[in-house]
Amino acid sequence: MRTDIVVIIIAMAVVTFLTRFGAQLAFRRTGIPAWLSRWLKHVPTGILTALIVPALVLPRGSLDLTWHNPYLLAGLVAAAVARRSGSAPLTMGVGMATILLLRFHT
Amino acid sequence: MNTTAIAGFRRGVLDTLPILIGVMPFGVAFGIVGLTVGLTPLETVLMSLLVFAGAAQFISATMLGMGMADFSLIVFTTLLINLRHLLMGASLAPHLARLPLARQALLAFGMVDETYAITIDRVARHGYSESHQLGANTAAYLAWFLSTLAGVLLGEYIPDPLAWGLDFAMPATFLAMLIPRLDSRTSLAVCLAAAVVAVAAALSLPGKWYIILAALAATIVGGLLEPSPEKEAKA
Repeated sequence: MRTDIVVIIIAMAVVTFLTRFGAQLAFRRTGIPAWLSRWLKHVPTGILTALIVPALVLPRGSLDLTWHNPYLLAGLVAAAVARRSGSAPLTMGVGMATILLLRFHT
Repeated sequence: MNTTAIAGFRRGVLDTLPILIGVMPFGVAFGIVGLTVGLTPLETVLMSLLVFAGAAQFISATMLGMGMADFSLIVFTTLLINLRHLLMGASLAPHLARLPLARQALLAFGMVDETYAITIDRVARHGYSESHQLGANTAAYLAWFLSTLAGVLLGEYIPDPLAWGLDFAMPATFLAMLIPRLDSRTSLAVCLAAAVVAVAAALSLPGKWYIILAALAATIVGGLLEPSPEKEAKA
């Protein structure tokens, strides 16, 4: 194990624990202020979007919105499966099968 | 533990099992992804044992894989991703307040999206139970550790993960997490804003700050569009 990686992992563990325990301590009597919950609610959506969309439309660092981009196609298929089924394993399975199929044909 | 506590713990484990079917593929995927981005098997499993936060682990592994072992950026991103736990912790706080601090801390360590949902559901139906929450946490933690381990072992036997479409595991995993969140006009607008900002920033800015900028865009758009709650929901 590399020291710098282990240090990062430990620091991640500390901040993650603080987010889980911090509010429990701070708001143990009053409950969370409504304004704060309103502003933070969509952070996970934003971060997930930021990781998915560039990976699908910028697979090689430049914008590729054509049908020749297998990541974009498989992403659209996986999104449709996720929407219909709500099943994570099915979404991943169909998504990866689509990528394989597209690679096999090109 | 007395009989009641053992029964509560068992009930917590059993209530969590159905959700774990959905969690374990993420753990297996994380094990494979960890190796794919260049973490060692030990580092990958250590992250699951210490951090125990799916989305944050995937994202930081991605950032490490991009060659950005930038300590503060990764830790800050982890903080941003896990800020939602503040809200969950706050809603459980009144139930936990009377427990000793060390036990509160132990329960907080195991509080992830899934175990929070199980715990808050139990609160709504039968009232709060410490042993039930501990059972749910323990089941989820073991499942996360064992599935990461399985992914790492599986990954070792796959010489070229990219050739098997495994590089798509991460976007697909995130899509499975994201799509159910898009259940309102507000969340769709947040997603769209984050997508535009992320792509524009990824194309024009050095490094991977587009993740932070997209999160800021999501916070601003979401905060402005989210209707003020008439009254605070009582958890």
